[in-house]
Amino acid sequence: MGDVSPFQFQVVAALIFMIGVVGVLTRRNMIVMFMCIELMLNAANLSLVAFSREIGDDQGQILAFMVMVVAAVEVAVGLAIIISLVRNRDTVNIEDASQMKW
Amino acid sequence: MRMALFWIFSVAALGSAVGVVGNVRNPINSALNLVVSMLALAGLYVLLEAQFIGLIQVMVYAGAIVVLFLFVIMLLNLRGSGAPNAETQPLVKLAGTALVAGGSYFLVRVLATGRAPWPDVDPDYGTTRAIGEALYGDYVLAVQVAGVLLLAGIIAAVVLAKKRLE
Amino acid sequence: MALSTVFVALFIFALVLLVFAPIMTWVERKQSALMQDRIGANRANIAGITVLGLIHPLADVIKMITKEDTMPDGAHRFVHLISPFIAVAPAIISFAVIPYGGTYEMWGAKFTLCVADLDYGVLFLFAIGSIATYGSMLAGWAGNNNFGMLGSIRVSAQMISYEVTMGISVVALFMIFGTLRLTEMGLAQQETFRVFGFMEHLGWVARDTGWVNAITLPMWGILLQPLAFFMFLTALMAENKRAPFDTPEGESEIVAGYFIEYSGMKFGLYMMGEWIEVVVISALLTAMFLGGWALPWLSDKALIDFLLPRFGANIANLMAMVLGVSVFLGKVVALIFFQMLIRWSMPRFRYDQVMNLGWKILLPLSLANIVVTAIGILIVQEVVAK
Repeated sequence: MGDVSPFQFQVVAALIFMIGVVGVLTRRNMIVMFMCIELMLNAANLSLVAFSREIGDDQGQILAFMVMVVAAVEVAVGLAIIISLVRNRDTVNIEDASQMKW
Repeated sequence: MRMALFWIFSVAALGSAVGVVGNVRNPINSALNLVVSMLALAGLYVLLEAQFIGLIQVMVYAGAIVVLFLFVIMLLNLRGSGAPNAETQPLVKLAGTALVAGGSYFLVRVLATGRAPWPDVDPDYGTTRAIGEALYGDYVLAVQVAGVLLLAGIIAAVVLAKKRLE
Repeated sequence: MALSTVFVALFIFALVLLVFAPIMTWVERKQSALMQDRIGANRANIAGITVLGLIHPLADVIKMITKEDTMPDGAHRFVHLISPFIAVAPAIISFAVIPYGGTYEMWGAKFTLCVADLDYGVLFLFAIGSIATYGSMLAGWAGNNNFGMLGSIRVSAQMISYEVTMGISVVALFMIFGTLRLTEMGLAQQETFRVFGFMEHLGWVARDTGWVNAITLPMWGILLQPLAFFMFLTALMAENKRAPFDTPEGESEIVAGYFIEYSGMKFGLYMMGEWIEVVVISALLTAMFLGGWALPWLSDKALIDFLLPRFGANIANLMAMVLGVSVFLGKVVALIFFQMLIRWSMPRFRYDQVMNLGWKILLPLSLANIVVTAIGILIVQEVVAK
């Protein structure tokens, strides 16, 4: 692998994860929030694959593959929910979907 | 060479991740930045000799999931997310940046212990054959469950997104 | 980077960009003209010499480059600018993994006539093909035009629907050949199988009967998987948004659909991307289903062994290489002709017919194909093991 240490991959993964967390916490557009969730999933995948290579076992890649499958399903269902929400309320601002707040 | 590739892909991934989050004008800008981020991550996977996962990342994430995002954005005809002050206030953004900066400092300084070098893996590592044999050998139950999950997801998505037949 | 790889890459680069891309415009016009019983475009000339209308691609390029490049009001400038390139790049990159010849050893260097002989060759093509969706999808949105947006929505739905069939329909072929590497597939297709061998296994004839051993067929993909060939061809043509599947392009309310706001060379790039994709489809189908670079019943090894005593190692390999490349190009040309034939003779599908075909007909058929092939492989293995 040359002179790239395994640690650097974990740092990149953690940074992407943190950027995703900041995005989910601060953005108000439903679809952009969803994209930040995808970023977090990808960061976790990167961490898994990097650890898998570091150990030399490909179980991490299998788990990353399953994470991708779950992410795909989640995106499909989540976007369907967003579509019906937007059709009903005519806004993508998540602050407006606050009827169940106490 | 690998160091240069790693830096290129990492900077691209991080830069476009910031682009996803920090882009207030248009959700399509965020989506395009997400595509770049996915492709950069796929590059990182191939650098980690996980060829199959890298290709599946391009095919599934960059090629289908983000297309779905763009499709929904176009379908709902969202151009710009409404009033700009509906988005985050500067204080929250500052807090977010501080979180990321502090977190990175913590990671780099505190956790930077010495790590073992990369082990040698057999040339079959990460190839389609190896992943396929593992998936349909040891983890065949996981594949079946994933299939059922995908079926449930398809049905749910179709039912939720249908217009009501009045 | 060995010198041989550079040669191979340069050859395919020159072939694709300098030969195929301009020729395809001419083929489109001339073939449609011949099919429709007219003469076609033949007026472009250089000093009064018209070469059957082959000057027209040059005239087209000059016209497109000198046209005004419009950027509509309120359009997203950056996306409008890069969309044509995102549309064309996957078509050209796809040539990297397609082999147009085998491996030949000449003058001490090993020439593998495939620019990037990847272990996961076909998967790379699928991945690159899924990126191609963006070129068309962003084009319609970036133009700030309602018709363009409608075209975008249609094109993205169509392309991602047919990506599924594209992948699944060839899984059965991978199961038979056992590899994703296209050069290995080409080599596997040079073997032959006995057509009536099952009679020997069933006990109907004695072992080593003359005529049973004599009637053989090459193990071409189309003979092993005819259904997969046609499904793959259909899915790829739908991906290409050509032929009867050009609802996003031609139909959207009669206007040009997703590239409505493009003029000049950017429009030319979209057209070029479509035509180069036709060549890619032909090349891919040739490599996977039609035996690649080899003539039927004549494997590379047999040919080189035959020529070796007469001409020496270098010249024998060179001749085999030339023959291989010519055979490959011949098959590609035949498939291009076939695709043009389909394009100019079938009416456009309606949008719901396109979706119906992709999800309700092709996908179940490809899954059934996998199951039947798996059963077939098991039976053959059982029988051969006896």
